[in-house]
Amino acid sequence: MSDELFFQFIAKKLITIKKMNLTLKVWRQKNVNDKGGFQTYQVSDISEDMSFLEMFDVLNEDLARKGEDPIHFDHDCREGICGMCSMYINGRPHGPKQKITTCQLHMRSFKDGDTITVEPWRAGAFPVIKDLVVDRSAFDRIIQAGGYVNVNTGGTPDANEIPIPKTVADEAMDAATCIGCGACVAACKNASAMLFVAAKVSQLALLPQGQVERKTRAENMVAQMDAEGFGACTNTGACSAECPKGISLTTIARLNREYFSAKASSENV
Amino acid sequence: MKLESKIPEGAIGDKWTKHKFNVKLVNPANKRKYDVIVVGTGLAGASAAASLGELGYNVKAFCFQDSPRRAHSIAAQGGINAAKNYQNDGDSVFRLFYDTVKGGDYRAREANVHRLAEVSVNIIDQCVAQGVPFAREYGGLLANRSFGGAQVSRTFYAKGQTGQQLLLGAYSALSRQIKNGKVEMHNRTEMLDLVMVDGKARGIITRDLITGKIERHSAHAVVLATGGYGNVFFLSTNAMGSNATAAWRAHKKGALMANPCYTQIHPTCIPVSGDHQSKLTLMSESLRNDGRVWVPKDAAKAKGLSAKDAANIPDSERDYYLERRYPAFGNLVPRDVASRNAKMVCDEGRGVGTTGLAVFLDFSDAIKRDGKKVVEAKYGNLFDMYKQITGDNPYEMPMMIYPAVHYTMGGLWVDYNLMTNVDGCYAIGEANFSDHGANRLGASALMQGLADGYFVLPYTIGDYLAKMPYERVSTDHAAFEEAEKAVKDKINTLLNIKGSQTVDDFHKKLGKIMWEYCGMARNEAGLKKAKGMIRELREEFWEDVNVLGSNEELNMSLEKANRVADFLELGELMVDDALNRDESCGGHFREEHQTEEGEAKRNDEKFAYVGAWEFQGVEKDEVLHKEELVFENVKLTQRSYK
Repeated sequence: MSDELFFQFIAKKLITIKKMNLTLKVWRQKNVNDKGGFQTYQVSDISEDMSFLEMFDVLNEDLARKGEDPIHFDHDCREGICGMCSMYINGRPHGPKQKITTCQLHMRSFKDGDTITVEPWRAGAFPVIKDLVVDRSAFDRIIQAGGYVNVNTGGTPDANEIPIPKTVADEAMDAATCIGCGACVAACKNASAMLFVAAKVSQLALLPQGQVERKTRAENMVAQMDAEGFGACTNTGACSAECPKGISLTTIARLNREYFSAKASSENV
Repeated sequence: MKLESKIPEGAIGDKWTKHKFNVKLVNPANKRKYDVIVVGTGLAGASAAASLGELGYNVKAFCFQDSPRRAHSIAAQGGINAAKNYQNDGDSVFRLFYDTVKGGDYRAREANVHRLAEVSVNIIDQCVAQGVPFAREYGGLLANRSFGGAQVSRTFYAKGQTGQQLLLGAYSALSRQIKNGKVEMHNRTEMLDLVMVDGKARGIITRDLITGKIERHSAHAVVLATGGYGNVFFLSTNAMGSNATAAWRAHKKGALMANPCYTQIHPTCIPVSGDHQSKLTLMSESLRNDGRVWVPKDAAKAKGLSAKDAANIPDSERDYYLERRYPAFGNLVPRDVASRNAKMVCDEGRGVGTTGLAVFLDFSDAIKRDGKKVVEAKYGNLFDMYKQITGDNPYEMPMMIYPAVHYTMGGLWVDYNLMTNVDGCYAIGEANFSDHGANRLGASALMQGLADGYFVLPYTIGDYLAKMPYERVSTDHAAFEEAEKAVKDKINTLLNIKGSQTVDDFHKKLGKIMWEYCGMARNEAGLKKAKGMIRELREEFWEDVNVLGSNEELNMSLEKANRVADFLELGELMVDDALNRDESCGGHFREEHQTEEGEAKRNDEKFAYVGAWEFQGVEKDEVLHKEELVFENVKLTQRSYK
């Protein structure tokens, strides 16, 4: 290796291990009644191996040492499956990378000197509780409206008595993988919850177990979705593009079909 | 105090059936006269709350997360065991029972484990009926894979997201009961004390995490399904919010804590990358079906070796140490064995990566053998997760892994009915000291959580309630008043210390002490030292912690402070228990007690008992009670996976 190449190599190495300094513009809001607004913070010495939330931990520890109220944000499992974390980063739910949650976003996706804007999910049906924490209980109520098979514990047939084609089981699994984080709602210009509802309706409409209540389920869940104040779907597809689990837009097509065929033949409503 | 395990008489295979017939029943019309509190909505809590609601009891359920669907059971990846023998490979209820007792290094209660194996088959039926999309073969029947500590394929799975799918199944059953009005759900609410009336558990005190409101809830029985205490180590695979507070406060009200030193260190986690680390991420054990664990034979070549350069080490210079030392089980030895071996090779200086605290988990042979597509279908989401966190692509280079705290086998002592020694207070799932002995086998936690919640507790709790009067205890009762005041006082004390260190400062310090002295390997001198250090740290905490904000708001600093205060007490008890258990067994490895080959060496004559501790006051040593373990069906042998 020539001297020049060697120095280039070292310089490159130095850049890669260099710590980042960043400017953060973060939404602060004391409670649901507070108007809220952005505040700017500087963070330094951020390693690229840190997760985005660990970078917030560093900032919060700094704030706490200064006696300032830490930034509240939802998080729990920090491995992309509980669906608790919910940051709107630079105008995109869960940040710039696709198919991951905020907790899986690592600082190597940013560069030194970046300004990063962080907001809560914005949707009428998800009121802000504090800072970046929102109330997503509307999702629970939609599931309560029919996102299940009506079976009690016990008295069920042997698991292998219901053969299910592998392709069907796999497709149901793809829909069932939804973590209920609400990124679909945050991504949608109308704050529609169609993808969330479609995922659950699809899972159960595909499986033989879900057939008995297929119609009422689609009707009841959609009715609850509307009652919660989520917006209408215009098939833009932002929800699916931003979904950390990659729930397909096909599920929405299936939900529409399920809903309309239920409505057309409904004995329920 | 005499511990009564209440194990039914009779042959092991008949005990549960007979017991179910012998327990008292509550008439369907009378069930609505009883209120049951369920704290925690993971697999155990959600399945229990749903099943009790279906039976007709009035259930109040609580979780600290914003939805019951987010409890940490959701993160379980690999699978759930059941003795279905669908693979025709010689599995049976007795074999699952035998494997579990052996896997737990003969420190579990035989009768409980057998019952667990019996009901395991019902769990799969139940979940399939709910629409849980388990993996299937092309013929449409259920697929299985094998897990550590077993030589049969009995693990059912849904990609690498089995916990998620099972929890969503239980959550859907729970949601149905919420809709039916049989379960009153309290999200973002944390239990801060157990209320005792006339020697019985009759309610809890909670804090609404959004408003800070301290509330009283009365019931005829209280079920704790609050998970494990792995976060005492600060770094673990637990969720950030997982905590011991509910269980610990029940302990302080009289419930015994059993085998607290039994912690499971999971062998396949992503290594620590720096001081900023907030948690550790597990890579499912299922990866060991196809991944081969190795380090270089030569320590000089291991130093600083990155995954990218691993390919430069020829096969002849690699030490596939698990395959070499345990030819029968190979890479699928139980977790404690795999973890200890990883520590051993790293202690020899053969660990890889920048820290030297990592070993390789290599899929290149599997990819060569089966093709990338097959490997991707099995582990795709896990590979993606690994790449996301480390920046390395496991299709092209080996993963780097290292053991991390994952699960706690210890917990509240319970009898055969899953009731603690406190009348009316039950503990289910990971929260109890459970069926896993000194080491839990992979894919058994999901099984136990759902067994307790769907198929055991709904029977056994009826036996207790049937003997209870219908009368409700008013929340104006002096016991509620007193408990509420104690909770409020504690919160006020925390808020008014206004010291100079953050809650996390203390939590990290405690974690380091626990990992160093009460982690993968323990010895007398280290444990004694740790005990002193924890006491000092606890003292410092109550003098110098800085908890910001007020009680009357969403205050995560206060939430954490409450939890860390309890960890600082529990940590000392773990050390006491580890000191007392002067033997090695399962996840508890005392360096003084090992075979010539470095395997855990039990002392059955002296330690074949459950160590259950009774609280005496914070600065006082707890009192040990022993439940002798009787083995009538499994012969105690030196555990061997060779």
